[in-house]
Amino acid sequence: MYLEKGKVRAREERGCGYYWLEIESPAVAAAAVPGQFVHVRVGEKESMDPLLRRPISLARIEREKGRIGLLYRVVGRGTKLLSSVCEGAELDLMGPLGRGFTLVEKGKRVAVIGGGIGAAPLFPLVAELVDRGAEVKFFLGAANHSHLQALQPEKMIRGGELVLATDDGSAGFAGRVTDLVRQEIGPFRPDFFYACGPVPMLRAVQQLMAELSVPGELSLEERMGCGVGACLACVCKVRTAEAPFTYRKVCSDGPVFPAGEVLLD
Amino acid sequence: MTAQVNLKVNLGGIEMKNPVTVASGTFGGPEYAPYVDLNRLGAVVVKGTTLEPRQGNPTPRIWETPAGILNCIGLMNPGVEVFLHEHLPFYRQYDVPVIVNIAGNTVEEYGLLAEKLNVEGVAGLEVNISCPNVKKGGMAFGTDPAMVREVVAAVRAATPKPVIVKLSPNVTDIVAIAEAAATAGADALSLINTLLGMAIDIRTRRPALGNVMGGLSGPAIKPVAVRCVWQVAQAVDLPIVGMGGIMTAADALEFILAGATAVAVGTANFVNPRATLDIIEGLEAYCREEGITDIKELIGAAWK
Repeated sequence: MYLEKGKVRAREERGCGYYWLEIESPAVAAAAVPGQFVHVRVGEKESMDPLLRRPISLARIEREKGRIGLLYRVVGRGTKLLSSVCEGAELDLMGPLGRGFTLVEKGKRVAVIGGGIGAAPLFPLVAELVDRGAEVKFFLGAANHSHLQALQPEKMIRGGELVLATDDGSAGFAGRVTDLVRQEIGPFRPDFFYACGPVPMLRAVQQLMAELSVPGELSLEERMGCGVGACLACVCKVRTAEAPFTYRKVCSDGPVFPAGEVLLD
Repeated sequence: MTAQVNLKVNLGGIEMKNPVTVASGTFGGPEYAPYVDLNRLGAVVVKGTTLEPRQGNPTPRIWETPAGILNCIGLMNPGVEVFLHEHLPFYRQYDVPVIVNIAGNTVEEYGLLAEKLNVEGVAGLEVNISCPNVKKGGMAFGTDPAMVREVVAAVRAATPKPVIVKLSPNVTDIVAIAEAAATAGADALSLINTLLGMAIDIRTRRPALGNVMGGLSGPAIKPVAVRCVWQVAQAVDLPIVGMGGIMTAADALEFILAGATAVAVGTANFVNPRATLDIIEGLEAYCREEGITDIKELIGAAWK
């Protein structure tokens, strides 16, 4: 975990409110694993408003080059401010934070399922899994063709099979990505799965994989304070033997959790 | 060669190497040790601890507001036994006074907690009678001078360790509450806890926080906190830990000049994990610039 001033080396507006930043941040890049995030200070230097850092998933990890990539969507003031940074600007980063994905062994078949901007942490995961010799099928859903284009999945991964879905049918499978997964999962018979996306998608994936007895991991999101496990704001519910549920910290116990443990309200 | 600046202060019996500590619930040693050398802090105040484990409130538990945050964590903690056996050993590795924030549902529970925490490695107790996010105890105790006397007397009777009483700003007359705590045997006061507030999410058209109301912290509340310290410091002869929106050394100095012996950094830890160290360095630099050899000269200097 480092505090590092990252230098913005490339910035790209991808449409539909999506932005891509490539940042020189050697300490973070060297230590990072897929599924982790950086906590980024947004806005003017020393400005107290907005106050909190913003957690952004690592969408690319280039250890040798000392660079990380952030792909995010403008959803509020913080991400809006972040979208206005220029090439050459310095970003105040904390990271890499959180528990990343558990990587399966070589030769395993894995299903990776992403919805919208939830695809961001899955890109470095797919890259890493392919490098390790896993057989990867990446199911990616988005609202429509423009959103898919903004995600640029073909550019973000090298290797693995990419299967696309759009809610409105403007590209790939017409319908929800989970319906696509349900249709294709039988013949593929994965050993493990990974998912990140909106809660309804995660719930559907969790249920489907439980039916098929396929273990996997979910990457969650919650409003965050400190990002390191101190403030106890960003909790999620997990199953426990003793109580109906217990809270775990998304920032430091997660954001990646075993799919069987998580209770999605 | 410049003269050494003496940053040491004594907080009701707790020797601090400098006036800077952290606000309960905003700082965990294991979480911040990668960024902060705990040995450099004046003291560490740990998360509110209760007799039994607490799950805390439903999410969302945090909501950003202009230059501030609302939170409704709800004293989530593993209980005093886990604290003693699993958390305290971590802090024993360091040369830093550990102050444990305690919260009870009843007066008796405060006394029991104080007894259980009368162990080596605990430098003092901070009595939380000001948490706005729990149904029992908390702020309900801290807004009534008679209840404040009862709770503080129970803790006083149960421990020989320094007792700090944390006050709520959500009262008509904070001086009356401070006087009640002093009468009942407090060694020091800490102020302020968060201000009760709320926000509404215009998209869901519902309260933004899971527990509807929450505590406001951050720079937005600093002027309220400085005012409270100013009033209490002049009325009550006890050392004060000032807190509420301290982000920089300049903020900390306002509190010290208003009458605080020590200062606690809270929300700032989330923004800048090194905030405590930056503030310690900033206090020392200010003293050098101003020709102050002992920081105690500045305590209450704005009204003395």
